[in-house]
Amino acid sequence: MMFDRKKSPRSSRLASLVAVTAVVSMALTACGGSGTPASSGEAAGGDATITFIPKQLNNPYTDVVLAGGKKGAKEAGFSSSNVVGPLEASASSQVSFINAETQAGTNVIVIAANDPDAVCTALGEARSAGAKIVAFDSDTKPECRDVFISQVVAKDVALIQTKLISEQIGGSGEIAILSATANATNQNEWIKFMEEELKSNPAYKDIKLVAKVYGDDNDTKSFQEAQGLMQAHPNLKGIISPTTVGIAATARYLSTSAYKGKVALTGLGLPNEMRPFVKDGTVKEFALWDPAQLGYVASFAGKALKDGKITGKAGDTFTAGELGERKVQDGGLVIVGPPTVFNAANIDKYNF
Amino acid sequence: MSETTTPTSNAPAPEAPLTRSPSTTPWRKTRTAKLLASRDAITIYALVAFLIYASISIPRFASPVTTGFLLLDVIPVLLIAMPMTLIIITGEIDLSVASIAGLTSATMGVLWAGGMNIWLVLAVSVLVGVACGMFNGFLIAVLGLPSLAVTIGTLALFRGLALVTIGDNAVANFPKPLTAFFTSKLGATGIPTVMIGVLVVIIAFGVLLHFTPFGRGLFGMGYSKEAAAFVGIKVARSKFWLYVASGAVSALAGIFWTLRYTSARSDNATGLELAVIAAVLLGGVSIFGGKGSILGVLAGVLLIGSLNYALRLGRVSDVVLITVTGLLLILSVVAPSIGSAIRGWRHTRRVRRSTEP
Repeated sequence: MMFDRKKSPRSSRLASLVAVTAVVSMALTACGGSGTPASSGEAAGGDATITFIPKQLNNPYTDVVLAGGKKGAKEAGFSSSNVVGPLEASASSQVSFINAETQAGTNVIVIAANDPDAVCTALGEARSAGAKIVAFDSDTKPECRDVFISQVVAKDVALIQTKLISEQIGGSGEIAILSATANATNQNEWIKFMEEELKSNPAYKDIKLVAKVYGDDNDTKSFQEAQGLMQAHPNLKGIISPTTVGIAATARYLSTSAYKGKVALTGLGLPNEMRPFVKDGTVKEFALWDPAQLGYVASFAGKALKDGKITGKAGDTFTAGELGERKVQDGGLVIVGPPTVFNAANIDKYNF
Repeated sequence: MSETTTPTSNAPAPEAPLTRSPSTTPWRKTRTAKLLASRDAITIYALVAFLIYASISIPRFASPVTTGFLLLDVIPVLLIAMPMTLIIITGEIDLSVASIAGLTSATMGVLWAGGMNIWLVLAVSVLVGVACGMFNGFLIAVLGLPSLAVTIGTLALFRGLALVTIGDNAVANFPKPLTAFFTSKLGATGIPTVMIGVLVVIIAFGVLLHFTPFGRGLFGMGYSKEAAAFVGIKVARSKFWLYVASGAVSALAGIFWTLRYTSARSDNATGLELAVIAAVLLGGVSIFGGKGSILGVLAGVLLIGSLNYALRLGRVSDVVLITVTGLLLILSVVAPSIGSAIRGWRHTRRVRRSTEP
C-alpha cells in the first residue's frame, strides 16, 4: 500500500516484535489467572463438575442465588463448581458459554435462560456430549433441559400473604392491596388467587377487600398511594403489598404516621430493605422466597441427575441436603418450597 | 499490489500532497520483506502466536470442536467486517450494521410467523438490509452528511423499527432442517457448513478491494476525497454502493444470527458494531482511511474470536475479556503512531547530520 513506501522496514519490524510480545504476554497473564482455580478444584479428588450460567453476572439477586448454588454443589459432592456468564442479559449471549462448557466436559450445567429458545441448540449439543441440564429461575423450552427448578408455586405466594394479613388483623376487617403496575403478570396472578381465597375460605369471611391501588413499582408513587389509602378508608386494618418496592414505600409511610402499629402491613419484601421496619414494629411479618435455596436445590438436582438417581420424569424424588426431599412434578418441574416468612426473630439471618 | 498501478500515480498533480515526506531511505528490502513486516502481518503473527500458545497451554483448545464453535461465534463479525473494512478505508464508518441485523431478524420473525414461505422470508429480509443500506448511502453519499452522525442516527432508528416490527416477542419455530443446517459441520473437520458461503463473501470483498480499479479508488478516497475526485474516482457513487453492500451483508449476518440461535428478536446482535470495528482496526485498517487489507482484518477477527474462546474455555470472566480486547485495540492504534514517531525522529537526525558540514 502507499504508506508502506514511506515505512522503514527496520522500525516496523521492531513495532511488530513489540506488538506480538505484548499480545502474548497479555494472553499469558489472562489465562494464567484462570488456570489456578480450575486445577485446584480437580485436585480435590472427585470427578463430577458443575457450572452455573446465570442470566448475567454482577446482579445482587443472582449473587444470592449463586452463593446458595455453590454451597449446594459442595454439599452434594461436586469436585468443582464454576460460575460463568455474560455481562449483559441478552438472548444469545449465553450460547458461547454453553459451548465452552460442553467442550470443557462439564457434567452438570445449571442455567437461567435469557431466552427459552436461543439456548436450545447449544444445550442439545451439551446433552449429546453427556452433560445434564438443570434450568433454574427462568426456564428453557422443556425439551431442552432435564429439570426446571422453580422458586415457588404462584398460588402459594398468594395464600401465604392472605394468611399473614388474616393473622395480623385478627381475622376480620377491611384490607387493601397495593400492587405494582396494573398489568404486571406476576402480581395480577397472585391477586387473582388472593381474591378467590378470600371469597372461598370460610376463615376469611369477615375480611373485606375494599381497594386495589397501583404504585407502579415506583417508590414515590407507592408512598403517595399508601397515604391515599389511609385517607380514603379510615377503617382500614391491613395492607397487602405483593411487590418489594410497594411494601418498602408503604412501610416508610406507616412508620412515620399515626397508623404505625395500628394498620398491619404484609406482602413480599427484601429482608435488607424491611429490616428497620420489622425492628421498629411497623411490620410484623412478610414473605419472600429465599433465592439461595433455589441454587441449593439446583445443585442437588444436578447431582442426582449425574448419578442417575433421577431422570427428570414426574414422580422422581431426590434429597436436597438440609432442605429435605424434593419431588419432580409433571414437565420436569421441581418446586423449591413454600415462601419464607420473615419476622423480628429470623430477619437477621438473611442478607439479600 | 497498489504500489505500481494506483490510478492516482497517473496524475502528477494530486500525487504531491499524498506523499508528504518522500522517503530518503533507498529501497533496501525486497517487496516480500516489506510485506512480512507490514501492519497486517503483525496481526497475523499475533494470531498464529496466540493459537500456538492456546493449543499448548489450554486443555481441549486444540480440537475440531474449537474450530466449529469458534467459527460459529465469529461468523457475524467476520461477515460485517468485510464491507466495514472497505468503508473505513474510504475514511467513513457505518455504526448501524448491528441494528440492520436486528431489524432483519425481527422482519424474519414476523414474516415467518405470518405464514410466508421461508425462502421468500429470506429474500425479503435481505431486501430490508439493502433498503437500510440505501437509506444510509443516500444520506451520506447523495446529501453529503457525515457518516458518523448519520449512522449513529440509523443505529437508533433501525433498532427502533425492529422493536416496532416484532415488539418484545420472539419467534422461534423456524424449520428444523434449516436451523440444523446453520449449525452443521463439514464432516469431521469441525468447520461449519455455512463457512463456505462466508468464504465466498470474504473472497468477493478481497478481490473487490485489492484487485479492481474500484478498490484502488477506495484507498484514494481514504487519502483525499478531493484528489480522488480530481482523478476521476466517482466518490459519491462508490460510497453509496459501499453502504448498500454493508446493509446487504448485515442482513446476511442477521439471518445467520436468527437461524443459528433459532430466535428472532428485536435485540439480536446488539452491540455487534463495536466488536466489528474493534476487529477491523486490530486488523490494521487505519481509522483515518487509506490503509488496510482484507487479510489483516481476517486475522484481526480471528484473533479477537480465539482470545474470546480461549478465555471462556479457561472460565475467565468476561470483564477480563473486554479489558484485554480494549488494551489490544489501543495497542494496535498506538503502536503504529509510536513507530512513525521513532521514524520521524530518526529521519530528522539523519537530515540534520547530512546537512551539517
